Amino acid sequence: MGDGRLLLSEFLLVLRRRRNQVLLGLLALVTVLIGVAVDVSGPARDGEGPAFLRSITDNGLFLSFTALVVSLPVFLPLVVSVVSGESIAGEASTGTLRYLLVVPVDRTRLLVVKLLSVVLFGLLAAVLVAVVGAVVGAVLFPIGELRLLSGTTVSYGQGLLRLAGVALYVAAVLATVAALGVFVSTLTEVPIAAMAATALAVVLVEVLDAVPQLSALHPWLFTHDWLAFGDLLRDPVSVAGLGHGLLVQACWDAVLVTLAWARMTTRDVTS
Amino acid sequence: MGPSTEGAAVTTRGLTKRFRGGQVAVDRLDLDVPPGAVYGFLGPNGSGKTTTIRMLLGLVSPTAGTARLLGQPVPAASASVLPRVGALVEGPAFHPYLSGRANLRRLDAADRTTAPRTSAARTAAALERVGLSAAAGKRYRVYSLGMRQRLGLAAALLRPRDLLVLDEPTNGLDPQGTREVRTLVREVAADGTTVLVSTHLLAEVEQICSHVGVMSAGRLVAAGTLAEVTAGATTRVRVECRQPAVAVTVLTGLGVSPVRTEAGTVDAELATADPEQVLAALVAAGAGVRQFVLARARLEDLFVELTGAGFDVRG
Repeated sequence: MGDGRLLLSEFLLVLRRRRNQVLLGLLALVTVLIGVAVDVSGPARDGEGPAFLRSITDNGLFLSFTALVVSLPVFLPLVVSVVSGESIAGEASTGTLRYLLVVPVDRTRLLVVKLLSVVLFGLLAAVLVAVVGAVVGAVLFPIGELRLLSGTTVSYGQGLLRLAGVALYVAAVLATVAALGVFVSTLTEVPIAAMAATALAVVLVEVLDAVPQLSALHPWLFTHDWLAFGDLLRDPVSVAGLGHGLLVQACWDAVLVTLAWARMTTRDVTS
Repeated sequence: MGPSTEGAAVTTRGLTKRFRGGQVAVDRLDLDVPPGAVYGFLGPNGSGKTTTIRMLLGLVSPTAGTARLLGQPVPAASASVLPRVGALVEGPAFHPYLSGRANLRRLDAADRTTAPRTSAARTAAALERVGLSAAAGKRYRVYSLGMRQRLGLAAALLRPRDLLVLDEPTNGLDPQGTREVRTLVREVAADGTTVLVSTHLLAEVEQICSHVGVMSAGRLVAAGTLAEVTAGATTRVRVECRQPAVAVTVLTGLGVSPVRTEAGTVDAELATADPEQVLAALVAAGAGVRQFVLARARLEDLFVELTGAGFDVRG
């Protein structure tokens, strides 16, 4: 089974890339900045700033949730757009794609490995924000029992478990951006074009999601249920929003991966 | 398919590639590379060599025709046959911010038919073989053109191969490097590996190749052993004499047209004339022959004859 080896090699390649390290660093920095800002200026007033911001001073764990809410609409998709846009187009532009294919690496296998490594990178980014938030939150603010959105209180351990669930949900929605980016990346030999097109497509869908006149369309947009992870912070956990979100994501994933596969397996590699 | 293709390293029949713009890059190509040959694949830029190589390696899908590598149909059997084929296609290409060694390790990791445990030894041996051991830890981006070319060769030699496909392997190499590549090709050929080498350096071909095929405008215009192919070219004669005018008259009379006359020398294409009779006639006519030299056509002359001398790159 040589696939684990190639996936590991691919994921390390992504991680070793200085640019990707900088992107992860920026994600962590944003999280730290939110924590420091709240610590310096005191608790936010009701209804001010992003969700969960007001709760940070009650429990440091809310820094993780706040940072995820802040990063999810733009920053996290942008990071995944960069890495996924690079995936195939980057190899094509350096010419390394032809050498991978003549090793030989089956085209479908290469596509799967590329996609998985981007999905893993998205997971890493989400977990990084969650962990940095939890650590910085624990240092700057009180921790302990957690008051959920539904008003009930759970233990800190239970809170961490829910944070893990939220990070996984975020990674799952980022997987759709990964699939989109990898598909776009199969269309071109210019990685920067694939990155920009992917990021723009995400923003476009978010804009459509914000236009009330298109509300009939909204439930089927892949960004619509991104922030539904708040439902994991209720007691009992409400799964309706999350379930619908994951289902819509899965449909988009299926379509995008099929398109990427169709393109990848028929493309003439002339670079 | 004729019986001569039995066991051939590379066989194509009617192989054609028409790109989307309608341009026919390769036109009904019938290529036969016998096993154990060092096959010089020649042709001007844009004559379809690289497209042919890309089709053989499964990078580009043919519009029509079939191709077999080591007896197996490609691209259908690419997965099983390509591990036995090492390739350098249109120059080396590696990740610039990885070291030479890390780049080879990555390609080795991509090969599911090799044992992970011996990967380090394999890459070290390949680097050693092309003389890159000392620079193995340096990032690819600081490599010179020659070092990049060597790394490309190292990748092609990562494991023992039955067929090597080398597209312009001496590009960017200094004379020593060119020599080393020549030695390398001789070595792998001596081990029984068939080598398909495309190059512009015809002097190289005359030194290392047992067979040649000449492409022009997507078609194979000459193919066979080096001797067979060059036999088709015209022999030239150079006559140095006291009376060039007399020599020209005699040569013209024998149906040998002089191509160039300079102070005291006359060059001519001998065509079918017998050199002994020509010399006898010149002496009898009192041309005052001092020197009479027969020059077998060089590959370069043949190449120009077959593919045209101009600078026109086919669009």
